[in-house]
Amino acid sequence: MPSLFRNFYLKTSMARTLNLHLKIWRQPGPDAGGWFQEIEASEIPETASFLEMLDIVNQKLISVSGDPVVFDHDCREGICGTCGMVINGVPHGPQRGTTTCQLHMRTFNDGDTIWIEPFRAKAFPIIKDLMVNRSGFDRIMAAGGFISVRTGAAQDANALPISKEAADSSMDAAECIGCGACVASCKNASAMLFTAAKAGQFNMLPQGQPEKHRRVLGMVKTMDEAGFGNCTNQYECEAACPKRIGVRWISKLNRDYTLAVVHDTLLAPVGKGGGEG
Amino acid sequence: MSTLTHAVALTVGSSIGKKALVAVTGAVLAGFVLGHMIGNLLIFAGPDAINEYGHLLQTMLHGMGVWVARIGLLACTVVHVVLTVQLTRENRAARPGRYGYDATIQATRSSRTMIFSGLTLLAFIVYHLMHFTLRVGNEYATYKTTLHGEQVHDVYRMVIDGFSWWPASVFYLIAMAMLCSHLSHGVSSMFQTLGLSTPRTMGTFRMVGRAYAALIFGGNAFIVLAVWFKWVH
Amino acid sequence: MSTIMLDAKIPAGPLAQKWTRHKQESKLINPANKRKFTVLVVGSGLAGASAAATLSELGYKVKCFCYQDSARRAHSIAAQGGINAAKNYQNDGDSVHRLFYDTIKGGDFRAREANVYRLAEVSSAIIDQCVAQGVPLAREYGGLLANRSFGGSQVSRTFYARGQTGQQLLLGAYSALSKEIARGNVQMFPRTEMLELVVVEGHAKGIVVRDMVSGEVTVHAADAVLLATGGYGNVFYLSTNAKGCNTTAIWRAHKKGALFANPCYTQIHPTCIPVSGDYQSKLTLMSESLRNDGRVWVPKKKEDCGKHPSEIPEDARDYYLERKYPSYGNLAPRDISSRSAKEACDEGRGVGPGGLGVYLDFADAIERYGKDRAGGRELPQAELQRLGKEVVAEKYGNLFEMYEQITGESGYERPMRIYPAVHYTMGGLWVDYNLMSNLPGLFVLGEANFSDHGANRLGASALMQGLADGYFVIPTTIAPYLATQKPGSVTTGHGAFREAAEAVNVRTKKMLDIRGKRSVDSFHRELGLLMWDECGMARSDEGLRRALARLPELREEFWNNVTVPGSGTDVNQELEKAGRLADFLEFGELMCIDALHREESCGGHFRVEHQYTKDDEAKKLGQAGEARRNDEAFTYVAAWEYTGDIARSILHKEPLQFEEAHLAVRSYV
Repeated sequence: MPSLFRNFYLKTSMARTLNLHLKIWRQPGPDAGGWFQEIEASEIPETASFLEMLDIVNQKLISVSGDPVVFDHDCREGICGTCGMVINGVPHGPQRGTTTCQLHMRTFNDGDTIWIEPFRAKAFPIIKDLMVNRSGFDRIMAAGGFISVRTGAAQDANALPISKEAADSSMDAAECIGCGACVASCKNASAMLFTAAKAGQFNMLPQGQPEKHRRVLGMVKTMDEAGFGNCTNQYECEAACPKRIGVRWISKLNRDYTLAVVHDTLLAPVGKGGGEG
Repeated sequence: MSTLTHAVALTVGSSIGKKALVAVTGAVLAGFVLGHMIGNLLIFAGPDAINEYGHLLQTMLHGMGVWVARIGLLACTVVHVVLTVQLTRENRAARPGRYGYDATIQATRSSRTMIFSGLTLLAFIVYHLMHFTLRVGNEYATYKTTLHGEQVHDVYRMVIDGFSWWPASVFYLIAMAMLCSHLSHGVSSMFQTLGLSTPRTMGTFRMVGRAYAALIFGGNAFIVLAVWFKWVH
Repeated sequence: MSTIMLDAKIPAGPLAQKWTRHKQESKLINPANKRKFTVLVVGSGLAGASAAATLSELGYKVKCFCYQDSARRAHSIAAQGGINAAKNYQNDGDSVHRLFYDTIKGGDFRAREANVYRLAEVSSAIIDQCVAQGVPLAREYGGLLANRSFGGSQVSRTFYARGQTGQQLLLGAYSALSKEIARGNVQMFPRTEMLELVVVEGHAKGIVVRDMVSGEVTVHAADAVLLATGGYGNVFYLSTNAKGCNTTAIWRAHKKGALFANPCYTQIHPTCIPVSGDYQSKLTLMSESLRNDGRVWVPKKKEDCGKHPSEIPEDARDYYLERKYPSYGNLAPRDISSRSAKEACDEGRGVGPGGLGVYLDFADAIERYGKDRAGGRELPQAELQRLGKEVVAEKYGNLFEMYEQITGESGYERPMRIYPAVHYTMGGLWVDYNLMSNLPGLFVLGEANFSDHGANRLGASALMQGLADGYFVIPTTIAPYLATQKPGSVTTGHGAFREAAEAVNVRTKKMLDIRGKRSVDSFHRELGLLMWDECGMARSDEGLRRALARLPELREEFWNNVTVPGSGTDVNQELEKAGRLADFLEFGELMCIDALHREESCGGHFRVEHQYTKDDEAKKLGQAGEARRNDEAFTYVAAWEYTGDIARSILHKEPLQFEEAHLAVRSYV
């Protein structure tokens, strides 16, 4: 049987390649100091993705008994939100609407110097090198990023018509992959875009209304406690977001929060509690 | 009182609540700036017009009006400043490490210098109040003129004399530039923070913010220039 | 030697009533007792997250483990196209029975009828559940749910959320999981990898895991263990799986006694972006929903392959799927589409770098939609094109964007290039109707089990199965087992835990101590290439024997010459990869053994020796070149038992009985 890939390798060995000067952040652990390691990456094919470029670098490091660069990655098709590093000061690099794994080397030029750093935020402690801990996002989600419906308790899916506009809009927010680029790009390390998109997805929909106020208050409180900064409406997050989530969601979260405060302090019925007996 | 403490916790105790208060107080201050400028522009309508306006402010509601306004503005300023300083400190703490390669994608310069422009303005306001309201170190308190047979404060001459001293007018122009920068981000930001902007209105609000800032700068700077070039005297 | 008796525990009665009856007859556990049981769920994809959330809702104490940094990142998230359900909202003649039949037929009659019927039966409830959770599935202007059609079916029963259905469904399951985590009933362990199953007196009672940040190895005991760890596609190194996807959990369970069923059934997805070089780390799939509007073609003549596609006139193009399968055309099932693409490329008619690609052309769709939008108005060609592109962008915009990011070419301006890639694995641990493996207490869900797709999975069925297993099947079928167990009867104090943890530590140390010359990736690439060549889209006796000879050598070399830098006491991604690869190196052998033993072609398993010939075509037996099943000899599930030596694995057969679906040649002509 012919080896398809082998044929392939022979024919593509002539793709244009780049020689790059990398400055990669190295940090052995959360409490250790870090530094920029300078690495020459030679003959990087322009058709390689950014992570494949790092793979090549790591293979070289391993071959000389060096310490490979630790970085998070998984699906490598731009949807899992695992990868993320700051490339020349911009999370996920220079190409708008693109995750690091989907950024390809053809975006760079031969001889370029590339700075590669981890996402920096107090709420995202560095684990090692370029790997950070984003569990703050999970805590925000657990504070209200859901609709409380038990499995099996649902009515027929078409029993509740939802306007296409609302569904599409909800989907715009739901596309968030939770990568954390919004936090990394924000000079305040604010998680507003993430929180706004997650809360907004549900708040747009009729199913999300019963818990809306509770959701918004809970998620914002947890966001604040996790050590993220405040939004100062500079919109760097929107520009860095690989899924192009708009800052209109932040406006909506602000509005929903204000309404929730009014509801919670003035309008909410005072119940007697109990009722489960 | 539990409702009140709860409300306070949800506003002053939360990021969005604090920013909403900053936005509301900012809106009051931005509105004041516009009114203040329109009043000052009466200088071009001649001494009587601006002096009458000054007298009206002083005597409104038997002299209480000006104090209500002053206390209100002072409160807004204090809340605005205290909360923004606090927010800025929190924000700096949230981003302890700096990037080795610093880049900005789309944030405007004015948005990135809000605390700087704001604190400069604060310093200016203190100076401005001492200069024209408390009249420290000058003789303006003695400037009097007669209007409709009544003796009133001569605002017109005070302004001309005040801006004739070049250091004061240069500081004034610098402060107006800061105000312009502050407003060009602050006004549209206010709509965003209060949740009033939508995808359709966001662009408009941004334009409105810039236009508003330019208007305030233009109007106020024009007065200084008019005094300098002796268009009014 | 072996004492294993395979009992699928299929409930009695007519097919359509089996599940209802089974639910009625299953034992229940009272709410006060449920909280005394602990269940371990390994994996947080659609199956794992939905199972963990639902079991927790029912009151069981759940611990959920995933290797990703968040449960929300499991690879289900990458599924694009959609999820099937027999709702018949389109009034196009769909029904539970039709979905059942399409799935059985799509699986080339190698799946268990009862399981597939149950899958079709609960499909509707999945959509209801997801919509209630706030999953923003696509809608029509009237506010009702929209559907699209998908490969291998003639009705529109696929629900979708743009090109990110898997993402949205997973986020739905993750939100349900988050809700239970907040309630304190699910304990989540991200960045934690299962490295061993703990078996106590024949029952699965716990696992050994490694904290991927601290390197700490810990043990967890429970009343039942659920594996929802996905498939083994990464044995090919290049696949559409995430980089971290691995077979370790199920392979470790296999080595502890769980039978591995049908490992040779692998699905090659027809619409992936072609390989661009030898540094390539993974393949990217584009939803096959693209085939709804795209037309697949290659030049008729080899000489045209180097030309720009626009220079190749219509009559010099071979729309080979439309030609060979007129009634399904570009929507022919995945295995058939993939093999056809391979044939075209093998004939030298492939396009793009390396000649490993076929065109997927949207020019006609753009024109058609342009005219639709124009609604009879006479518009200039450029305007029609613009309108048409708008419609295409609305439907597939994100896929076109992805294609452009990767290849640097625009799919609107010139046909996309696509090539098949390993995508899904139908084989997995053997389970009975209750999703329990032959090891009592070990349940296997989603892609990790073998149960529902037979030899080939239809599009939009994986999401359906993962969620069916997690939301609706396991909550019912776990109870009969747990009812026989005394909750908390086994603790980590048992010697089996110490032994299993020790085995993990020894293995880790061994790998770190080799300090050889070759990197983990170089071994993995070699394994992948070998598997792709000899056990990929087309397999032969000769090739499989070559692979079987090479695999033990490669394994030997790995254990003597691999280099794993660093230590085991902090983040060590090379160590993680090495552990997974060590298991793939063993697993690959079983896969080849299974492929060699199955002397027939069916679904994702194509043996070159078993295809219809021109003679058969003349006799109207089947189309020349198509897969030829051998129903007399192979209508069974091949479940392999580990004996300490993979080459001596013991085959157990679970015969497949078809009561409703009649065995037929799978024809899509």
